Amino acid sequence: MSENSINHFEQCIKCTVCTAYCPVLGVNPAFPGPKQAGPDGERLRLKDKFYYDPSLKYCLNCKRCEVSCPSGVKIADIIQSARRRFNDDTPDLRDRVLANTDFMGKMARPFAPLVNKVVSLRPVKKVMDVMMDIEQERTFPKYRSKGFDAIFRSDFAPYQNRFPRHVAFFRGCSTEFQHPETGIAFVRLMNAVGIGVRLLDEKCCGVALMANGLWHHAEKNARHNVKVFSEAVAGGLPVVAVSSTCAFTMRDEYPGVLEVDNASVRESITLAEKFLFEQVDSGRVKLVFRKDYASRIAYHIPCHMEKLGWSIFTKELLQMAPSISLKVLDSNCCGMAGTYGFKKENYPYSQAIGRPLFEQIKSLSPDVVCCECETCKWQIEASTGYTVLNPVVILAEALDIEATCAANGGFVKA
Amino acid sequence: MIDVAPEYDVIIIGGGITGAGTARDCAMRGLRTLLIERGDIATGATGRNHGLLHSGARYAVTDRESAAECIKENLILKKIARHCVDDTSGFFLTLPDDDLDYQKTFVKACQNAGIKAEVIDPEEARRAEPSVNPAIIGAVRVPDGSVDPFRLCSSNIVDAKLHGAHVRTYTEVIRLQVRQDTVEGVEAVDLRSGEKLSFRGRVIVNACGIWGHHIASLAGVNVGMFPAKGALLVFAHRVNNIVLNRCRKPANADILVPGDTVCVIGTTSDRVRYEECDHLSVTPEEVDLLLGEGMKLAPVLAQTRVLRAYAGVRPLVSADNDPSGRNISRGIVCIDHEKRDGLKGFVTITGGKLMTYRLMAEQATDMVCRKLHRDIACQTATTPLPGSEKGGIEKVLKKVWPTPTLTQKALLGRAGALAGSLPQEEEAGGSDLVCECEQVSVSEVDAALKHLDVHTLTDLRRRTRVGMGTCQGELCSCRAAARLARKASDPALARTQARAFIEERWRGIVPVAWGETLREASFTEWVYAEVLGLDDTL
Repeated sequence: MSENSINHFEQCIKCTVCTAYCPVLGVNPAFPGPKQAGPDGERLRLKDKFYYDPSLKYCLNCKRCEVSCPSGVKIADIIQSARRRFNDDTPDLRDRVLANTDFMGKMARPFAPLVNKVVSLRPVKKVMDVMMDIEQERTFPKYRSKGFDAIFRSDFAPYQNRFPRHVAFFRGCSTEFQHPETGIAFVRLMNAVGIGVRLLDEKCCGVALMANGLWHHAEKNARHNVKVFSEAVAGGLPVVAVSSTCAFTMRDEYPGVLEVDNASVRESITLAEKFLFEQVDSGRVKLVFRKDYASRIAYHIPCHMEKLGWSIFTKELLQMAPSISLKVLDSNCCGMAGTYGFKKENYPYSQAIGRPLFEQIKSLSPDVVCCECETCKWQIEASTGYTVLNPVVILAEALDIEATCAANGGFVKA
Repeated sequence: MIDVAPEYDVIIIGGGITGAGTARDCAMRGLRTLLIERGDIATGATGRNHGLLHSGARYAVTDRESAAECIKENLILKKIARHCVDDTSGFFLTLPDDDLDYQKTFVKACQNAGIKAEVIDPEEARRAEPSVNPAIIGAVRVPDGSVDPFRLCSSNIVDAKLHGAHVRTYTEVIRLQVRQDTVEGVEAVDLRSGEKLSFRGRVIVNACGIWGHHIASLAGVNVGMFPAKGALLVFAHRVNNIVLNRCRKPANADILVPGDTVCVIGTTSDRVRYEECDHLSVTPEEVDLLLGEGMKLAPVLAQTRVLRAYAGVRPLVSADNDPSGRNISRGIVCIDHEKRDGLKGFVTITGGKLMTYRLMAEQATDMVCRKLHRDIACQTATTPLPGSEKGGIEKVLKKVWPTPTLTQKALLGRAGALAGSLPQEEEAGGSDLVCECEQVSVSEVDAALKHLDVHTLTDLRRRTRVGMGTCQGELCSCRAAARLARKASDPALARTQARAFIEERWRGIVPVAWGETLREASFTEWVYAEVLGLDDTL
């Protein structure tokens, strides 16, 4: 029986190791755990929809169960797919607001300073807490007046044709609306090593839509993205993302949960760190680091990065910088899981799950924390007070841009 | 010595579905009733079949009388045994190898027997049941379903007891007390304690299926049974939610039945010697045949894990004075031995099918009542079994468990409305799971141990589905054994029972031990032999 068999849940031999790795089970007794919610529950659900268990919503979809499974059972896919097939609760306003990351971003952008101010006011948070079940302890990431797309078009787009080869950049919602600096850092890195960047006519990868039960919308986005990627791939461009969750979703959740075929583009969807490492490793690209950049960095491996198995690339890249002192944090879920931690009913679990990670960071007291996922960033920043940066941002900062340009025939506009 | 043996109006020998149904019917008609079974209930053919709730369509062409009985009982069971029945409907599929003309003959025969048979477009059949072979050229929809034979048998026992019947399992009849031309009672041994027992009964009913041959011989009469073995395979999950049949003359492996969390393909049909009935095994040739034919109905079976293999013996009866067995009937055989052999107080009820057990019980009880000169009408066709009361399940969902957990839902599926009367969290940990695959809780296990004549883990499996899931006892054996030992206040029992249960499960796995099934069995062996030290040969 292959891993892709439609009956892969039967590969479960009840060793129960997934249960030990589930971050939710230890903090929320209402969640039946990956084995029962996944392969065990599936047999009952196949009998009748009546056996669908609404507590499946407590699954973070962190995929740690799948990483731990010695039998190749796609446990979290089974759980998410069950939610898709059987949960007919209509998503409420709160879930829609949290899910539609791109729509909300576009709506908020023209009024960004006002929106940021208003949603951070205590009384407003209180109202959102009471009326919408959005946890008042949370602070929304700040929207920017000028999104990455606009910055790219004015500052970088005009000279991208000068490069002999290109990548297609999947920027993702958080780069577009909240953290354009990650996108800028990516473009600077690529340009410095002599690679041009093209933007895609992308839609949100859909991860937040899936988490909030907007399956149809997620499927539409997936189909759109796969189509756009095919065009890029046909033109010889790899699709490079900076958010590990976007990359993971588009590679694995499209076929595994949404049943959208991405076979023709899957291998071309990659992450900035993996792409860059492979360029360096194959000798096509040289990185020259600043002598005056010293930083003690704590690297948190996001759950989806664990699932992708790609954290090795980030570690290797960061360690190339001679004055970076890198500490890889113990493998723990931060508890945020996208929009999960924003919800009032999940907030205490979200904090309890992340506690070991927060405590380790505090005890290490690094200069900066580094991770590839924006929602881990929000959680860690809010819960520890430490700054969290995408590795791309750190690399762009640590790099001697001029020397790197010279070594690769690159060019970066000042 | 003064004879102090308890006296009953009727003693029923055999705790299969026929005996259980007869005990219920007799008790409901007010007879002082005793049921004696040498093993556990539902151990013979009752627990070793497809669990198909026949619409009768399968017999429509070849055996119209049986077909008509089936559809009548089908409609009754859907009412009185709701919690044992899954009203899935069924398809009769014509494959390219089959003659499409047979479909016309089939539909006509169904109509003649009063069975609704609707020819549907093959495309519609594929849509309604995605597992069907896409190559089908014809499809007919009939009111087939599935029925859980263990649950049905147990429900009849429960209701018989609620109506005052006494039930003794693990009690073997060793002698019938015959005085002159009358059977007056039975002598038996309690197999667990070794105690010798004696019961007086005004009428003795032989409801032992294929083993009725032996009981009849104890009375000095002959009931010629012709054992026909049928082998079946259980798959680890449901691939179909509609019963799939081949639209052709009944043959090997042409029915795939979804039953609870699994599905079952069968059967074969081969004469076996009477002596073999207690020691059946499934051969590699039978496994190949079942898989090969099964895949023709539902190709996905090729990629589906086979959980276990088992075989049962149909209690076929030869017509009187037909030692060759050529005229074997699958209809109900109810023999008044007074009329046939001049032996008073002895009745044999056999033949028939799981599907027609209630009618068999009614006929047998009618005969008992005539002998006792009691004129009481049968009510089993209209009185729901415990758990299947009208609106009962809905009431539990409304009043007791408005937001049921998965375990509570699973229990509702098994026990019907009786689930609501289970002690809620009788003690701390009552909602903990014993069996994870089938979602059986500690409180469900404890209730079964207390009320349902459970003496071994295998008995417990028949009442609750403990150990019937994909792990085949890997996780639940030790937990269930602990509950059993606790109930019996005998710690040593935990070890012997866990071991016996794992061995029993393994016997059913052996014929299909490959792939994931073998992998899981090996893991189980490692846990029980190496970690728990239950392998005495180590």
